[in-house]
Amino acid sequence: MANFDIERKDNGDVTILHANGYLDAHTAPEFENALSTLIQEKRFKIVVSLEGLQYISSAGLGVFMGFIEEVRQNAGDIKISEVSPRVFKVFDLLGFPSLYEFYDSKQAAMEKFK
Amino acid sequence: MPGKKPHTLPEKKNSYRLKLPADSANLDIIRKFIAGIAENMGFSEEDIYQIELAVDEACANVIKHAYIGENTREKEIHVRVKTRAKKIEITIADRGIGFNPNSIKTPNMEEYLKRMKPGGLGLHLIKTLMDKVSFRINPGVRNEVKMSKSLVK
Repeated sequence: MANFDIERKDNGDVTILHANGYLDAHTAPEFENALSTLIQEKRFKIVVSLEGLQYISSAGLGVFMGFIEEVRQNAGDIKISEVSPRVFKVFDLLGFPSLYEFYDSKQAAMEKFK
Repeated sequence: MPGKKPHTLPEKKNSYRLKLPADSANLDIIRKFIAGIAENMGFSEEDIYQIELAVDEACANVIKHAYIGENTREKEIHVRVKTRAKKIEITIADRGIGFNPNSIKTPNMEEYLKRMKPGGLGLHLIKTLMDKVSFRINPGVRNEVKMSKSLVK
């Protein structure tokens, strides 16, 4: 089975989710749960660090799509940081860079919430 | 003894098969199977990643859609890989309900992103990542997605 895990770090009103391993149709529900928990807690300022993410399929991209509307309606955002070139390519093929902000570091992404 | 020698060596062909339950937990096994073959053929890391992703998307579609409402028959995915010196051809097959490939249009990504709803991206990715994609649909009997990629373009 594919390895995947999510680590959460709250930093003031911004939450950083570190997604590690393989994000596919099997592991996407885990990522979905993590985002869903944040929405329930009304934490809408979210940075997803993909530094440790080795693989993403459209099921993983779908999770980003599933929450962005609600997050933005609540004056928040999902910003993506430290994505590897090969994972970014998948985002890019589907046109995500026009909808999501990508940053080289968590700090840079967090700054944007201030 | 045969009297004539061929002028050129015949192209080396190989065939590999994997049959497994249509369960998302098996996507990882399928990716490793495909990656191993592509790596042995000499595909670049980038190409291997793309082939893995295309096959993952096709299998994820089978797992999610092919056997809806079915409880009696075995829910299986068949993965067949044929290789030549410079080409990999992968067929993903199931015995599920099938689909109409013509009804699945390449999404207009701008429109898609405006709608901001998940789903429907798999087939678009497969077509983008592979050189050639074709379908053969025979609901309940055998539905196939066949895709290929060449080593040197």
